[in-house]
Amino acid sequence: MKFGVVVFPGSNCDHDAFHAIGHVLQKPVEFIWHQSEDLHHCDAIILPGGFSYGDYLRTGAIARFSPVMKSVERFAGCGGLVLGICNGFQILLEAGLLPGAMMRNSGLRFICKHVHIRVENTNSPFTCAAQQGQILTIPIAHSDGNYTCDEATLKALEKNQQILFRYTTAGGKDDAAGNPNGSVVNIAGICNRARNVAGLMPHPERAVEQMLDSKDGLVVFRSMIEALVGAAKATA
Amino acid sequence: MATAQTEITVTPEIAAEHGITPEEYARIQQILGRVPNITELGIFTVMWSEHCSYKSSKVHLKRLPTRGKLVVQGPGENAGVVDIGDRLVAAFKIESHNHPSYVEPFQGATTGVGGILRDIFTMGARPIAVLDSLRFGEITASATTSEEDAANNRRILDGVVRGVGSYGNCFGVPTIGGEVAFEPCYAQNPLVNALALGIARKEEIFLAKAKGIGNPVIYVGAKTGRDGIHGASLLASAEFTEESQQKRPNVQVGDPFMEKLLLEACLEAMKTGAVVAIQDMGAAGLTCSTCEMASRGGTGIEIDLAKVPQRETGMSPYEIMLSESQERMLLVAEKGREHEVLAVFKKWGLDATVVGGVTDGGLLVVKDHGRMAAQIPAHPLAEEGPVYNRPIAEPAPRKETEKDWYTFVAEGANLTANFQKLLAAPTIASKRWVTEQYDSMVRTNTLAGPGTSDAAVVRIKETKRALALATDGNGRWCQLNPKVGAMHAVAEAARNVATSGARPIAATNCLNFGSPEKPEVMWQFSQAIDGVGEACVALGTPITGGNVSFYNETLGKSIYPTPVIGILGILEDAAKVLKVGFKHAVDVILLLDGATLPTGAQQAAPLHQAREFSSSEYAKTIGGIVAGEPPAIDLHAEKRLIDAMLALAEAGTVRSAHDLSDGGLAVALAESCFASDGLGASVELSGDATAEFALFGERGARVIVSVAAEQVAAVLGTARQYGLGALQIGKVTDDNSLRIQYKGVAVISAPVPTLMDPWAHSLERNLKIQ
Repeated sequence: MKFGVVVFPGSNCDHDAFHAIGHVLQKPVEFIWHQSEDLHHCDAIILPGGFSYGDYLRTGAIARFSPVMKSVERFAGCGGLVLGICNGFQILLEAGLLPGAMMRNSGLRFICKHVHIRVENTNSPFTCAAQQGQILTIPIAHSDGNYTCDEATLKALEKNQQILFRYTTAGGKDDAAGNPNGSVVNIAGICNRARNVAGLMPHPERAVEQMLDSKDGLVVFRSMIEALVGAAKATA
Repeated sequence: MATAQTEITVTPEIAAEHGITPEEYARIQQILGRVPNITELGIFTVMWSEHCSYKSSKVHLKRLPTRGKLVVQGPGENAGVVDIGDRLVAAFKIESHNHPSYVEPFQGATTGVGGILRDIFTMGARPIAVLDSLRFGEITASATTSEEDAANNRRILDGVVRGVGSYGNCFGVPTIGGEVAFEPCYAQNPLVNALALGIARKEEIFLAKAKGIGNPVIYVGAKTGRDGIHGASLLASAEFTEESQQKRPNVQVGDPFMEKLLLEACLEAMKTGAVVAIQDMGAAGLTCSTCEMASRGGTGIEIDLAKVPQRETGMSPYEIMLSESQERMLLVAEKGREHEVLAVFKKWGLDATVVGGVTDGGLLVVKDHGRMAAQIPAHPLAEEGPVYNRPIAEPAPRKETEKDWYTFVAEGANLTANFQKLLAAPTIASKRWVTEQYDSMVRTNTLAGPGTSDAAVVRIKETKRALALATDGNGRWCQLNPKVGAMHAVAEAARNVATSGARPIAATNCLNFGSPEKPEVMWQFSQAIDGVGEACVALGTPITGGNVSFYNETLGKSIYPTPVIGILGILEDAAKVLKVGFKHAVDVILLLDGATLPTGAQQAAPLHQAREFSSSEYAKTIGGIVAGEPPAIDLHAEKRLIDAMLALAEAGTVRSAHDLSDGGLAVALAESCFASDGLGASVELSGDATAEFALFGERGARVIVSVAAEQVAAVLGTARQYGLGALQIGKVTDDNSLRIQYKGVAVISAPVPTLMDPWAHSLERNLKIQ
């Protein structure tokens, strides 16, 4: 089992994802340079947070044209696990691997703080190790996390149980008070219809050790590891 | 100053227009042995500007202590460097970007952060944290501030905060702390001081010394444009007038994405082993980087401007040499290995071009398409600029009487309403609105982010250790007494570091003052240097670098003298960081006091108390009074307290720790409640002082700690061992209310949420942002 963390020019949470997987969870992980079309036989790809291409034009809009994204699209098309965190989520939206789009936060400011998200669905390789309805404390750090989509897409997301995480209050209410950025129906993370590509705005890689105030992010990576182990057994 | 052309013949009048004095002009001609051409005059002007040459401060800065056993590199390089163990070093420095931030708040702040980050990675160190020390005019209308001015101050605050955030967030360095304070004197001249910290392997530190005759000089990063010409000489080295807004084109424009690429590429290029020296192009751009690297290396440098990547056509040598376009670096590579360096920059998609080479003979030679544009001996240009021992005059003593001082309210009065007002004062209120706009967590090292501990703390992943940083500086106190005020700035920063559990080891300073041409300002400066020096010696924190910012005045009115001190500390065990918030109900609250007199038993005369109290945040907020003297400082008491805090953190006997600062004991208690999970406190005090003095007085060398009942004896033992006063003043409670009794009378009593609301939301409300 091997994870790959893609490095775009301007990625700045690449080392954090690497640390979470390689040092905290002790799983093999390597960096993949954005100009490479070779995914180094990785079993799961992470598009990390940051400001790829300075967020110029629109978040993620330029990164999706990087050579590596062609390979990521092929990999995802074959069922490979792809997780986009923050800027990575924005890139997946721009690349069309996930439906919808990001707008500026409703407050029009960058927000960095711990928020609460609820696990909406455990039927995915990104949430299978979590409990349904579990409330996680995980930080956000973004200017453009206000997820939106048209009504038909939203219906499809709900019908197909593609909404993996919703922002809530500490008490678990998914109301306006629990919504930090104006995201439609408090969406914090979604997956594709095939359930092998996911994006979320909160940073699970920042919540992997108690000394950083929360370990709740580990469950996302543990889910991916469980899924990969399960898949390996199934093919063995 | 109009766009200059090489054809212009320099006259004494033109030199004067550049701000060069007749004596300086004579010295230039003496160095050159002839009349300078216009490009050379421009080069001298920026290098000999106050900002680049320190001509008014040099004679005083010599009095600062700069040596210590952990200091690897003191002042004079791009940043100070200290040994932090495990074969690692920390590079850190604080710098101002005040004037640009007034003229254009967003870009002024971004380029301030960008500049200090480049100073750090130029040394080969990866930046791991940024702190910002900000000062603004009042953001609400009052007797001293009109609504129009308040609105302008709010606009500046908003722009600066967005600017700081936008640069650090994109660059990927956490902004973990600093302070924000408000005084009317900063209305036309805000202070934006940015501190950056980086770490490197000890043997991998890079210096800016051009060595090796024949080695190629390589230009990397952004293209050169016409932006920022004379930023250092015009913006930073002159006071403001009504026309200052016209200086907007002199403000540089920042591109954090470019700088992020430059960081990664520079660190990767350094790893090739083919880089000999490197310096960023900050103030005075290409001019400063070429002549300083040559001067430090004892060599010369020759460049051809035709090879410099340019953003626009038709730029004159004068403009190229003086441009302050951001995100550029100049480096010297080993001859024959330049392709290795160039390949790294190509990988990162950056411009990198050989523009010249290192020469012997010590000359800075600038050619333009092969034609001589400037030829100046590098060392005299960089190091032998004018040095002024400017006149100093102590201002006439303020004639204050009792009537100018704060009048204490009658004994037994309830102070809760005043307390709420104090908690809402922008200087004291929560800065959450500011700090949430900064990414404080990227790189996953932040153990104590904004507001959680007295210092900001980041771990060093490969080791057990963590580094703590705090910045402090009380302009009001320095205005009333520059020497004592400056000592307090050092003491408070060191105390904050120690209260987080870390041992203070080194300091950096940003000295913000008015015009050095005013003898009273030079007196303040000289006094402040003495204060900083004395306190740094006493507390064992040598100054490793920093920056002097003069001419902080508008229309002839100076800011308060504001030395801002940044102190770095080491925490041997990252798991032992101490935080502000109370942890458990029924824990005992102890007031630790480095002064020998037990707290509460102030023997001083009431009048003396009124005089000291008049310099407090409470007197300003409640009484509208700024007068008197800052509290007397006892550096031995500060040192005792620091040593005791380290022992307590190491032993793990206290559960929380918070120093007494703006707003005194009452504010410290409230903040420890606010930072807890719904806890309160019940405290009983007594003494001879008035209740207001006891609750809100700001004397230093004091910390409150909360301690589990079974550890109280151990903590008292440590206090005795270090000669500290230790008073059990109350208990942490689970009823979510704060009660303070003074001499048996309840003077403050309120539910914590009632106190927290004005504190938590004051900034947003005052900024009229919902």
